[in-house]
Amino acid sequence: MERKKVVIVGNGMVGNKFCEKLKQKINDLEIIVFSEEPIRAYDRVHLTDYFKISSIDELFLLKNEWYLENNVKIHLDDPIVAVNRLKKEVESQKGITVNYDYLVFATGSAPFVPPIPGIEKEGVFLYRTIEDLDLIKAYAAKAKRGTVMGGGLLGLEAAKAMVDLGLEETAVIEFAQRLMPRQIDDSASMLLQQKLSELGLTCLLQKSTSQLLGDDRLTGIAFQDGSSIETDLLVISAGIRPRDELAKKIGLDVGERGGILVNAQMQTSDPVVYAIGECALVNDMIYGLVAPGYEMAEIAASHIVGEEKSFKGFDMSTKLKLMGVDVASFGDAFISEPYARTILLEDRNKGIYKRLNVSKDGTRLLGGILVGEAASYNMLLQMVNNSLPLAEHPELLLLGQQSESKSASAGLEALPDAALICSCEGVTKAQICDAVITGHCENADAVKKCTKAGSGCGGCVPMVKDLVNYTMKQQGKYIRSTICEHFDLSRQELYDLIKIHELKSYDHVLDALGRGHGCEVCKPLVSSLLASLWNEMILGKGNDVAQDSNDRYLANIQKGGTYSVVPRIPGGEITPDKLIVIGEVAKKYSLYTKITGGQRIDLFGAHLNDLPFIWEELIAAGFESGHAYGKALRTVKSCVGSTWCRFGLHDSVSFAIRIEERYRGLRAPHKIKSAVSGCIRECAEAQSKDFGIIATEKGWNLYVCGNGGSKPQHALLLASDIDSETCIRYIDRFLMFYIRTADPLTRTATWLNKMEGGIDYLRNVVVEDGLGMGEAWEQDMQLLVDSYRCEWKVAVENPEIRKRFVHFVNAPEEKDETVRFDSFRGQKKAADWNVSTY
Amino acid sequence: MNTQIDMKWLKACRIEDAIENGGVCLKLNNEQVALFYFARRNEWYATQNECPHKRQMILSRGMLGSLGETPKVACPFHKKTFALDTGECLSGDECAIKTYPVKVENGSVFIGMTA
Ligand code: SRM
Ligand SMILES: Cc1cc2nc3c(=O)[nH]c(=O)nc-3n(C[C@H](O)[C@H](O)[C@H](O)COP(=O)(O)OP(=O)(O)OC[C@H]3O[C@@H](n4cnc5c(N)ncnc54)[C@H](O)[C@@H]3O)c2cc1C
Ligand code: SF4
Ligand code: FES
Repeated sequence: MERKKVVIVGNGMVGNKFCEKLKQKINDLEIIVFSEEPIRAYDRVHLTDYFKISSIDELFLLKNEWYLENNVKIHLDDPIVAVNRLKKEVESQKGITVNYDYLVFATGSAPFVPPIPGIEKEGVFLYRTIEDLDLIKAYAAKAKRGTVMGGGLLGLEAAKAMVDLGLEETAVIEFAQRLMPRQIDDSASMLLQQKLSELGLTCLLQKSTSQLLGDDRLTGIAFQDGSSIETDLLVISAGIRPRDELAKKIGLDVGERGGILVNAQMQTSDPVVYAIGECALVNDMIYGLVAPGYEMAEIAASHIVGEEKSFKGFDMSTKLKLMGVDVASFGDAFISEPYARTILLEDRNKGIYKRLNVSKDGTRLLGGILVGEAASYNMLLQMVNNSLPLAEHPELLLLGQQSESKSASAGLEALPDAALICSCEGVTKAQICDAVITGHCENADAVKKCTKAGSGCGGCVPMVKDLVNYTMKQQGKYIRSTICEHFDLSRQELYDLIKIHELKSYDHVLDALGRGHGCEVCKPLVSSLLASLWNEMILGKGNDVAQDSNDRYLANIQKGGTYSVVPRIPGGEITPDKLIVIGEVAKKYSLYTKITGGQRIDLFGAHLNDLPFIWEELIAAGFESGHAYGKALRTVKSCVGSTWCRFGLHDSVSFAIRIEERYRGLRAPHKIKSAVSGCIRECAEAQSKDFGIIATEKGWNLYVCGNGGSKPQHALLLASDIDSETCIRYIDRFLMFYIRTADPLTRTATWLNKMEGGIDYLRNVVVEDGLGMGEAWEQDMQLLVDSYRCEWKVAVENPEIRKRFVHFVNAPEEKDETVRFDSFRGQKKAADWNVSTY
Repeated sequence: MNTQIDMKWLKACRIEDAIENGGVCLKLNNEQVALFYFARRNEWYATQNECPHKRQMILSRGMLGSLGETPKVACPFHKKTFALDTGECLSGDECAIKTYPVKVENGSVFIGMTA
């Protein structure tokens, strides 16, 4: 029997998905694809990434071999120009004719180009295909000012890309009175505008363009209100128009405002002809998103193989995917009184706007808008889509992540099995849980491989992760964090074993407790444990090659391969003479100098070869290593305190110096920072540190487990009104407890957050000595304090170690000639990465 | 194998100049070459010194390790890893690095390069 033939017009995202789905369902069909574009289907959703990536390979949706292996014939760069529906035959531009049993239109859409005088000028671009982006990129190189017409999702994405391309000024013009008019309301738009201007984007609203200016080349835009702007480049993103021209020509029914009319099975007015994706008009709607397009592909493919499925409409919720700008809109975003109750949260200071629309009886969430903070988007969307009952105080949903994460597992539990988690690939909660339970997928990547969830727009990945963890916990699976393929142990187990066996080098540890040859995960971890336990010079015993890069050269590596030099300046106190030495050294070795956020001075841009010489001079002047490169004590900041300050209760500088000198060089699971403030005004910011000390009338208050960084957290009070000796004893215990039990690369704040019993338990261990370890830990600490030596002093004095600080072993005098600097405000800076970033 | 024809063994350094279980950088033929002595496996490898990710002259300062049986080096900058035997990138899609043959004779290390 002759095999039936399916011809597909268009190899965009949806046409491609259709091929894949059809192949999965049935094998004895002949599939022939015609594509207008010169390359096979790529990920249009991530088109903008094309500016950043090195090759288009990363964007292709299927490997080239897929088409070959599956026997799907694809004609690139050859659009269909005619169809004879009586003979069931298509004809391509290059003159190929093929007959079909089923014909599928997946012709997508084209950007709408408004009929404005001057639109044909050089410098006007669209934003839809790889070719468009190539043209824009080439033109942007000589342009200064860019403008995007249209402030919708796509327009904003294009505009951000202009900024990233390095255009000096970028503006968005929008006809409506707000940005993203179809997704968000006026207040949300105001906040969004503010965020975008921080990114360097100007927004011009309520602007209707009357004319494009310039002779052949675009030079500006005139508006109907009489104003105008200058611009060299214009990207049009004013909406889309379905590509229905061919369908219209061959007499298929199309909608009044465009789009190929289809029924719920995706059949056009000719039952053997289907239309899917952005060219299809279904339920009076054009769906301009990829997820509904994939659903249409599924339905059409099912129908062809005789399964009955129908298109039931699709959720149009979206999240803007610009770095640094969280905007999401879901469900019915605009419904308001009297049809719903609106709950609003607006924090202009933090730049957060949230709106939730709740049913009048307060039982269900109908939709909403999030700007500035959209971490809860996935969960809220699920609540809408699955009509989950609302708790008594829906306003709590507006609060930040903390309250959400507590309710996260309750939320996941409430989701029905059929809840669609990944709408691009149509993966449900049940399928993901099943992948974890029966498919033994233990992380989001494994689930992605097994179910494809998260491989489309990627928006659901955080939720997939939560689901994996939730399911594993439900299964009673102990999430035991072993180190890597070389050590089947947790960090704490390894710590205890190294201590018991008194192992002192990485190789000995690997031979005794591990297998294989180590890697970049276990080497630094073991090195850190060895340092925490024995405090021997970290570059000795062949351990240098097991140190993280910065530790190995006792300096932080920078762009270009040079290093920074950070001498310790305890408590931030420094004499004029020492300042002069730093200045002289910096001048001699031509280093960029900067006051750091940690109250000391960083000297950047040192060649590897120069490091020992620089340190030799600094050490001679009484400096020592600041361990800015190590997972070790960094700085103990101080405020000026009672020696000068009229409010100072105690001498905070002296105490800070004492603390810094006690714990200098102490290696830990992560870096540790401290500060001492002379009174409750807290000028040293002690409450943002791993341990912070604040003077009181009667002594010191000791705070622990604070953190700056990306998730700032205030430190918690551990003990109050204690004297200096007690304070130091508590810190000894606190630090040893942390060093012994924290996971690798875990700051004290995160360590505490994971600790059962929290601060009360910690207080019990440290202050009340609940584990009876207090004395032992104080002794351990004293051992480390007594064995301290400045690493740099050892390094410059030991010829074996010192000789490693060269770039070429066979030309030790020569510096790396590829290192480049640019001059910058009277100093220098590292030249940019050697590759273009787009 | 045409490439074999014009390959020359260039003297790189003495064995003791190399670092056990680590890398050193050499200037050979006006190129920067990273030489690794994987002492735990008693194997020698040479590759280009430039990391293809951000084109940094740095791989010789990278950390050695193994992935299953494959010997690898991790770049100090962003920890992309590359197989030392084939040069293949083991993390993500960076392009592969060049590798060169190494031999050790009479206490000296030689690297095979085409002129
Ligand atoms: C130099 C400095 C910035 C400056 O010019 O002021 C700096 C520079 C770097 N910081 Fe920092 N941080 C500096 C103060 C801070 C502070 C402020 C402070 O200490 O009071 C913070 C927030 C406080 C905190 O740590 O809780 C800070 C939070 C971070 C973080 C985030 C840590 C976190 O827990 O989230 C990182 C990333 C990490 O460590 O993983 C980081 C990482 C880095 C690295 C090491 C990034 C890297 O791996 O290359 C930078 C190295 C620069 C270099 O080559 O020397 N830096 N960094 C500051 C050095 C202080 C010093 O004298 O040692
Ligand atoms: C920059 C950008 C960002 C986007 N971001 C998102 C997002 O975040 N989320 C989201 O859901 N969606 C997003 N989209 C939309 C998404 O890309 C589309 O919904 C999706 O690509 C539609 O797929 P399609 O196959 O229907 O159309 P297309 O991908 O446009 O494919 C249609 C193909 O058919 C070809 N064609 C047309 N006529 C013929 C003919 N006669 N013969 C042969 N071939 C023909 C066209 O050249 C084209 O290659 C974005 C789009 C762009 C441009
Ligand atoms: S904030 Fe970021 S960029 Fe600035 S020094 Fe710290 S790590 Fe580097
Ligand atoms: S430069 Fe090597 S990993 Fe980025």
